[in-house]
Amino acid sequence: MKRLLLLLGLLVAAFAPKPAHTQALVADLSSHLIAITAGFAGTELLLFGATEGEGDVVVLVRGPDSDVAVRRKARVAGIWLNTETLSFAGVPSYYRVASSKPLDEIVTPALRQRHQIGSDYLRLASSRDADAITLAAFRAGLLRNKEKLGLYDPEPGRVAFLGSRLFRTRIVFPANVPTGAYSIEVLLVQNGQVIAAQSTPMFVSKIGVGAEIYDFAHVHAAWYGLIAILIAVFAGWSAGLVFRKS
Amino acid sequence: MQIYLPIAEASIDIFLLLLLGGGVGFLSGLFGVGGGFLMTPLLIFIGIPPAVAVGSGAAQNIASSISGVVAHMRKGNVDFRMGGVLLGGGIVGSTLGVQIFALLRSSGQVEFFISIAYVVVLGTVGGLMLIETVNTLRKRWQNKRSGAPPARRKLHEHIWLHGLPLKMRFPHSKLYISALAPFGIGAIVGVLSALLGVGGGFIMVPAMIYLLGMPTVVVIGTSLFQIIFVSANVTYLQAWQVQTVDIALAVLLLIGGVIGAQFGARFGAKLRGESLRGLLALIVLSVAIKLFVDLVIPPEDIYSIVVRTAETPLP
Repeated sequence: MKRLLLLLGLLVAAFAPKPAHTQALVADLSSHLIAITAGFAGTELLLFGATEGEGDVVVLVRGPDSDVAVRRKARVAGIWLNTETLSFAGVPSYYRVASSKPLDEIVTPALRQRHQIGSDYLRLASSRDADAITLAAFRAGLLRNKEKLGLYDPEPGRVAFLGSRLFRTRIVFPANVPTGAYSIEVLLVQNGQVIAAQSTPMFVSKIGVGAEIYDFAHVHAAWYGLIAILIAVFAGWSAGLVFRKS
Repeated sequence: MQIYLPIAEASIDIFLLLLLGGGVGFLSGLFGVGGGFLMTPLLIFIGIPPAVAVGSGAAQNIASSISGVVAHMRKGNVDFRMGGVLLGGGIVGSTLGVQIFALLRSSGQVEFFISIAYVVVLGTVGGLMLIETVNTLRKRWQNKRSGAPPARRKLHEHIWLHGLPLKMRFPHSKLYISALAPFGIGAIVGVLSALLGVGGGFIMVPAMIYLLGMPTVVVIGTSLFQIIFVSANVTYLQAWQVQTVDIALAVLLLIGGVIGAQFGARFGAKLRGESLRGLLALIVLSVAIKLFVDLVIPPEDIYSIVVRTAETPLP
């Protein structure tokens, strides 16, 4: 917290004395790296910043894009089976929105479309043509599944203003957060227009023993298999010896 | 205390894993089976991806079978010759099984096939065991009433399986039967082992007793002996081809498992053979029924998602 205040102070100090070059929006994160270590059970970051003048703040957090197949089950001879598949490209693996006021009050649908504000406005390309109803149903299924995994938020988060210039918001990352490069975009909105924007990168990566195991398992898959067998043999053998007497 | 499993990419409570290993280990010590048929569905239930549950289950099977076989070898209860032939079939079957698994994974039906295979295999084995137990109990009750001594069993029945070509002597099991019979049984159990992440002891043991006619005393040791190698083959192939073996997960399950198995074995010594078999039959059947009900009742959400990674190309 102390460090945070210091950082905030530095930020304000750095920009305050030069009114001629004042930026309309300044924002930063409490950390630009989320390290997934052996004890990782999810985390949260603090996004904070300052605005110059009037306006509302919208924060968009996007994980690396991926292709996602959505499968629909149907009843076949009494059993529920995956019968239909529709794939989407450019699906953010993680997606959050936060705003200082309810979104419908500060941004128009056109603006939401342009900046992909809110999961309903994400531009997702489907792999094949389908009628609007099917497409909407699969899209809703995709969002629902992402929400269940904690990777999307059903409700936009809150950006809190401290006074009229400083703002902050918390961004929650669950334990299953996908690795890769994230982009965090902060928009300053005034009268339905984006008057300033700032983008900040953030990385999620595996660190430590877990990361090394993962890399080894994927790069030297055959060796990993052999070592896994040796570990299992050794563990089983020693367990057999320990309980020999009993 | 949460631990992040590197290959499963999931954060799970370490005590939950130890408890799970211990509980399944207790049952496996009690009944003398590997317990993979309980472990894999339970792992999937607590949030481990199905493919990782199967791959890591195989690694854990190696360890638990080795710890078990040590004791049986000391007592001379392992028929290495029979084990070798079963193993030959097992290697062929499990290699085939891993290929089938990869194929099913890319078709999007892997969960369905795993579930249906579990329902069929567990339902059949559980049902047969239950019938057998009921028959034994009824016979004993009748004998008690009539006072007649129980009929002496033949050494073993000869069925058509034994008459196939390539006859071979198995002195330890006191058998002279076609090598194709154990080879075939080994192959079928090998396929199931790769598909279901089970050692296959609960299929192998009855098959050895009823189909091959092996003496009960060497059955468990021999079954464990060959499960070690079949599981090692599955572990290696799954690790190499689909990278779904989480060694951290396997070791954690094992720690709980060996401790649980010791208590299970001691507890089992106090129970009668038929009661044990009846109990196991009920557990096996209830897992089968649970999986079947899951297939039939409407799912919570009919939509599910698969994120594309290098290992799971989208159709």
